[in-house]
Amino acid sequence: MRYSGWQVLAQGLTGNRGWHPAWRSPDPRPDYDIVLIGGGGHGLATAFYLAKEHGLTNVAVLEKGYLGGGNVGRNTTIVRANYMLPGNSEFYSHSLKLWEKLSGELNYNVMHSQRGIINLFHSDGQRDAYARRGNAMINQGDDAILLDREGVRQILPYLNFDQTRFPIYGGLWHKRGGTARHDAVAWGYARGADRRGVDLIQNCEVTGIDIEAGRVRGVQTTRGAIRVKKVGIVVAGRSSQVAAMAGLRLPIESHILQAFVTEGLKPAIDHVVTYGMGHFYISQSDKGGLVFGGDLDFYASYAARGNLPMAEHVMEAGMTLMPMIGKAKLLRSWGGIMDMSPDGSPIIDKTGIEGLYLNCGWCYGGFKAVPGSGYSFAHLIAQDRPHAPAARFRLDRFATGHGLMDEEGTGSQHNLH
Amino acid sequence: MHIPCPLCGERDIREFTYKGHETYLARPAAGSAQPLWDDYLHNRENPAGRTRDLWFHGQGCGAWLLVTRDTVTHQVLGAHLSREADDAG
Ligand SMILES: Cc1cc2nc3c(=O)[nH]c(=O)nc-3n(C[C@H](O)[C@H](O)[C@H](O)COP(=O)(O)OP(=O)(O)OC[C@H]3O[C@@H](n4cnc5c(N)ncnc54)[C@H](O)[C@@H]3O)c2cc1C
Ligand SMILES: [Zn+2]
Repeated sequence: MRYSGWQVLAQGLTGNRGWHPAWRSPDPRPDYDIVLIGGGGHGLATAFYLAKEHGLTNVAVLEKGYLGGGNVGRNTTIVRANYMLPGNSEFYSHSLKLWEKLSGELNYNVMHSQRGIINLFHSDGQRDAYARRGNAMINQGDDAILLDREGVRQILPYLNFDQTRFPIYGGLWHKRGGTARHDAVAWGYARGADRRGVDLIQNCEVTGIDIEAGRVRGVQTTRGAIRVKKVGIVVAGRSSQVAAMAGLRLPIESHILQAFVTEGLKPAIDHVVTYGMGHFYISQSDKGGLVFGGDLDFYASYAARGNLPMAEHVMEAGMTLMPMIGKAKLLRSWGGIMDMSPDGSPIIDKTGIEGLYLNCGWCYGGFKAVPGSGYSFAHLIAQDRPHAPAARFRLDRFATGHGLMDEEGTGSQHNLH
Repeated sequence: MHIPCPLCGERDIREFTYKGHETYLARPAAGSAQPLWDDYLHNRENPAGRTRDLWFHGQGCGAWLLVTRDTVTHQVLGAHLSREADDAG
């Protein structure tokens, strides 16, 4: 069914009996042309674009849990294109353009809200760095406005401007940045892929990858073996384990990123705000909860929960910047498993094994990438050559040293990102 | 998380800095072929479960420790001085 205002009216008048599940729940078939391992945002988007852009529908997405139950459903939903380095900048720029028409394209309201992102800076050096980044964003065709202290004060009067240690010097305002409803993105892509004939198979864990003579032949799953010509690994925090099934060792270390949400409050924070000195960022969800987070816990972990020192650090930074949120009650905190690459940038590439493709290393920034990543990964799998905006997301860049994208300038070493 | 430093006793994780998997100790010899260096610097075992990794006790004795722990439960199972790595088991 196509969703529309007319449908809402018609269904309302007829007892809402015409709504159906948004996707089928088929059993796995014995063979497919393409299998995607992982039904998160990236896997579902890839399936959708394989069908829509390349007409490939003999495709299955195999998900060990339920669709959207991974990181796509547990992130802080920030969508932006404020990258600077060649490779990253054109990719995220492309992804943001896909976001801007996504609800229409999917016929599903993903609640993409371009409420604007303001990255605060707190020193002359940081101002220079943000000015340069803003220029890079404008050069790539996106938007950026450099605000001085008074400019920030007009937009965000509730910040504590008098904090003496890290006074607010100004901010970089990216108006087209914002948030989106994370679950809706997964559901919208799932529905769109299903309607085009892709099989979405839940509770189906891939336990082995069959390789003969350097070529993929199939996968083993908890619901039986499947013969397949091409396999895409797109499992976010589990990339190392799934790649190991094919004998690959990846430049990936899994870390925990925590997030926090308060009780629902009246609208108070209209933008996404980041604190340049304290690893803190915040927005308010459409339900009213303040959603915020900070840095990684900074050690390899699959616990799907963090430790208290980072929670404390985030709260301290938040209170320094916005004392007004101090009385809000925290409802929940949680952690997601991030597959961290050495340079903090992603990998979308072929592997050395024929028919095996890899999409991983999204670190803490892969939600905004969902449309662009799905589009580029589908292109790579369908056409066996990289899609231009993602052409630099090479697996061999660590071996060659060419094209490292160390966006934060911290070095291409695991424990620094 | 608490880490039992063999020199200082059990201390809060805030006193330590994480370096990474114990393969950091298996440094290739100078002049080794490039693929060895790539593997050493970038590729990881990254186990979900029991692991051994290097931590620096910067706010304590300043020793490098090899910590055995479980990445799924956050349970810390033991710690040795990294220079005793060979007999740490
Ligand atoms: C707290 C937090 C905040 C974040 N904030 C942001 C943000 O504000 N903006 C942003 O851009 N990014 C953010 N991120 C990062 C972003 O969430 C991730 O990079 C992105 O969601 C990862 O891609 P995905 O959605 O496909 O992953 P997932 O949804 O995790 O999908 C991977 C799927 O693979 C499945 N799987 C794994 N192994 C197997 C197997 N063997 N067989 C079958 N299926 C398997 C898993 O069950 C899972 O459903 C944040 C992450 C966290 C944790
Ligand atoms: Zn010590």
